[in-house]
Amino acid sequence: MSTLNYTESPLAPEKAAYRHKIPAGDFWIHKITAGQSVRIVDLEGNQAVDTIFYNAGDFAEYYSAQATIRGQRCIYLTTGTKIISSEGNVMLEITADTCGRHDTLGGACACESNTVRYGHDTKYMHACRQNFLMGLASWPGAACHLNKRDIPANINFFMNVPVTPEGGLMFEDGVSAGGKYVELKAAMDVVCLISNCPQLNNPCNGWNPTPVEVLVWD
Amino acid sequence: MPLLVPPAPSGTTFTTTRPAGPAPVPPAEIPPERLLYEETLPGGAGWSWSLRRHLTLRLTALENGANVSLICFNRHDLVDRYNMADTLKGQHTAKLTAGYILVSDMGRAMLSITGDTLGWHDAISGHDNAGIVRQKWGERSYQAARNEWFQNSRDHFLMELGKHGLDRRDLVANVNFFSKVTADDEGVMHYVPDHAKAGDFIDLRAEMDLLVILTTCHHPLDTAESYSPKKVKLQLWRSDPPGPGDWCRKYRPENERAFFNSEVLYI
Ligand SMILES: [Zn+2]
Repeated sequence: MSTLNYTESPLAPEKAAYRHKIPAGDFWIHKITAGQSVRIVDLEGNQAVDTIFYNAGDFAEYYSAQATIRGQRCIYLTTGTKIISSEGNVMLEITADTCGRHDTLGGACACESNTVRYGHDTKYMHACRQNFLMGLASWPGAACHLNKRDIPANINFFMNVPVTPEGGLMFEDGVSAGGKYVELKAAMDVVCLISNCPQLNNPCNGWNPTPVEVLVWD
Repeated sequence: MPLLVPPAPSGTTFTTTRPAGPAPVPPAEIPPERLLYEETLPGGAGWSWSLRRHLTLRLTALENGANVSLICFNRHDLVDRYNMADTLKGQHTAKLTAGYILVSDMGRAMLSITGDTLGWHDAISGHDNAGIVRQKWGERSYQAARNEWFQNSRDHFLMELGKHGLDRRDLVANVNFFSKVTADDEGVMHYVPDHAKAGDFIDLRAEMDLLVILTTCHHPLDTAESYSPKKVKLQLWRSDPPGPGDWCRKYRPENERAFFNSEVLYI
């Protein structure tokens, strides 16, 4: 196992301006203004937190997984990683990370991709892309109609998806644990859309979706 | 028309490599009676095409170090489009080569890689843009250089998307054919210069009617000393439709299920 990069945050939870627990399998959409910090806490361990960021003033500018890994020349996200948009702008920076590594290549689960990965009997199970669609449909600040076109590649916080030197993509056991967190400071006004993954077919989470907590500091 | 029934699930046991027999060898020269269209793209060009189901698009590098950045869409439902993550995780791979398929975000097989002389095509690094090109090689204005000016994939993607009523909301993660990028144990990405040699080719068979958009601009991590995008030959040829034992269909159980998801479109 290669090295993991741990950094603690000085921010105290009791001083947070906002706290919310996202139940297992649910979505959350929230604006983070420039200068605010957002922390995501993996309360029980190895829960996949599928996350997309949009420019709050222009949803057509969105998180780009390819621009982000290319910008860091590294496929994993951790402290110091700048979250880059489809327009090449820095949206946020990861300022603390007690997990050490996060994935952005594995994407979100969807009913349709579940049929490919696990078989057609999983087609009617709840999935992340449904959460994303619900989140987009519920967002009152959107200036235009948002739909599947607006779901780009996402970050999977707390997931460990290594690429081998031979080009294989592995789904390894989690490197996270209960209480681990990742924290990001916004460089622009962004809207954060989270699907707290409801996946019941993947051993990564022990077939057991659990809640996560989000905290925001001014 | 036989009744289409989903293939049986294979459970959650993942096997990592399972070619069903040896890879079929595509013809080095496309038989003249099967060749339908041919065009040479200069380096730094953009191209889009409605590619009919079961035709094969062959891309051939005409110079060392060529790169083709590609995205594709369901021709009849443009919201259904290539998805990097669904393609990679469904096949447990970060690279593309013969046997693998490109999968849409609706779980459909879009393109099958039925032939490949290279063994590695980059699926993770994205495309270049005006900023990347300027940073590496400076600027060359249209007025001074005319069609020898510096171009980039993002601009070409946006121009071709616009011709089909699409925009930057639709500029999804792309594939870079002919380019190789590896990741080491720490996740650090390494670009392999001059991976493709002149004459290398890849065959992409459409498994559904597609809108294909591609550019022949530099790979975004290209370390070339000067701006010098390479020429690529495009050929469309009439390939055989994939039968029940097709090598790409049988390459993984996931692929068979993605083929099913494409085939139900044609009921
Ligand atoms: Zn999920």
